[in-house]
Amino acid sequence: MNARYMFSLIAVIVLLLIVWAGTAVGLQVVFGIIIPYLAIVIFITGFFFKVLNWSRSAVPFRIPTTAGQHKSLPWLKHAQIDCPTNKWQVVVRMALEILTFRSLFRNTRMSLKEGSKLSYQLEIFLWVGALAFHYAFLAVVIRHLRFFTEPVPFFVQLVENIDSFFRFEFLYPVFQFGLPGVFLSGLVLLLAVAYLFLRRIFTPQVRYISLASDYFPLFLIFGIALTGILMRYVTKIDVTAAKELTMGLVSFQPTIPEGVGTIFYIHVFFVSILLAYFPFSKLMHLGGIFLSPTRNLTADTRARRHINPWNYPVPVHTYEEYEDEFREKMIEVGIPVEKMPEEKPVEEEAAVEDEKPAQEEKKE
Amino acid sequence: MSDKKLIIIGLVIFFVIVAFPLWYHFLFHGGKAAPAPELELTDKAKAAKVCVRSTQYMTAEHMQLLDVWRESVVREAERVYVSPDGKEYNMSLSNTCLDCHSNKAEFCDRCHNYASVRPYCWDCHIDNPKEKS
Repeated sequence: MNARYMFSLIAVIVLLLIVWAGTAVGLQVVFGIIIPYLAIVIFITGFFFKVLNWSRSAVPFRIPTTAGQHKSLPWLKHAQIDCPTNKWQVVVRMALEILTFRSLFRNTRMSLKEGSKLSYQLEIFLWVGALAFHYAFLAVVIRHLRFFTEPVPFFVQLVENIDSFFRFEFLYPVFQFGLPGVFLSGLVLLLAVAYLFLRRIFTPQVRYISLASDYFPLFLIFGIALTGILMRYVTKIDVTAAKELTMGLVSFQPTIPEGVGTIFYIHVFFVSILLAYFPFSKLMHLGGIFLSPTRNLTADTRARRHINPWNYPVPVHTYEEYEDEFREKMIEVGIPVEKMPEEKPVEEEAAVEDEKPAQEEKKE
Repeated sequence: MSDKKLIIIGLVIFFVIVAFPLWYHFLFHGGKAAPAPELELTDKAKAAKVCVRSTQYMTAEHMQLLDVWRESVVREAERVYVSPDGKEYNMSLSNTCLDCHSNKAEFCDRCHNYASVRPYCWDCHIDNPKEKS
């Protein structure tokens, strides 16, 4: 038993009970209209201020991590994507990072073999799970645009067609599944989020570093995916009524139609919570990945000098000025001075004149 | 700083994408709502009053019912459907469903288009003689 995931699980269950009780006492307007609007406002403003706050951060140094040969002598092959030296190479590296999660792909597992032999293995499952999760989520989000657009744009229908290419239907007296047509992305999302959760539970090192804020979004997304799948395939709701509600939100003329059950409000409430929670959580990696300095800075520190951008003229008190200020006092107590005062006997002045040029060169 | 300018541009692009449903709706409907389509019942359907199951069941589950019917007819040669209230029906999309609901465009397609559903019923039941009447 782990307090961290139990805390998150209880939080999600409490949310479930809140919306369950709320719809039971007829608070459909709250859970179908007010909370979704609030959530989207919190999401937008929170996202905006979070990124704006990040944009104020100073970037004094180039701190890119390199995973390839730095641009060097002409006979050393330069790894252009892994160690980019210009803007376009950085764009390619960022695109690959954002679309294919390359740094996750590099994940290795260190282990000792035959007692003392250190070995590194490619540990690919996190990358596979993350890729499946994110792309399934993207497909699900795009598919849901069918509830927020009228007429439904072509790219949404395109995603729907691709997503439902694998048609399977089970028809038994006790178990019927597969109509309306199965969208694979929803099932992949559910499986991937389950994997990402079980990974945190069963890998001791990962469990050790997992916090409640790691489990909470997983449970929440699991709940969202599960209620969505249930609504589509098991306890079906009236889809046109559901769309009437969502279109009401989009057109700012919200309505609460008949025929959408509690499970719909659970789904919407979970999504609202996820949106409102988004800007204050680890989920902000959506915006953060674009600002990761180890990925988006050029690795050209050998070729170009980077000056700290917040350098400003600092008031300094040079030795010359110091000596000008305290010369008489220094002479009085016998401290040697570089420049003797003007009012000196003529014979001594000649000697000072001789020394002076040499000293001035030294100073420079 | 140029970085800050880039970040703001990125944020603006993100918010334009997030707000897609809003400006898309505004392009097509202006400030008006897009309510669910009205179903038109034919005179025959109005006269019959009840479908094979309750309206609530049919709006949500008709696709499953049709699938069960198809399985039953094609694989088990069983053509009689007994509804919960004891009435017997011929399991047939063309001859039972579309007999009453002969107005496919106004009855079936409106909701299907609204919900972006493209059922494969019409892949086979394409030249339905009942629809013409």
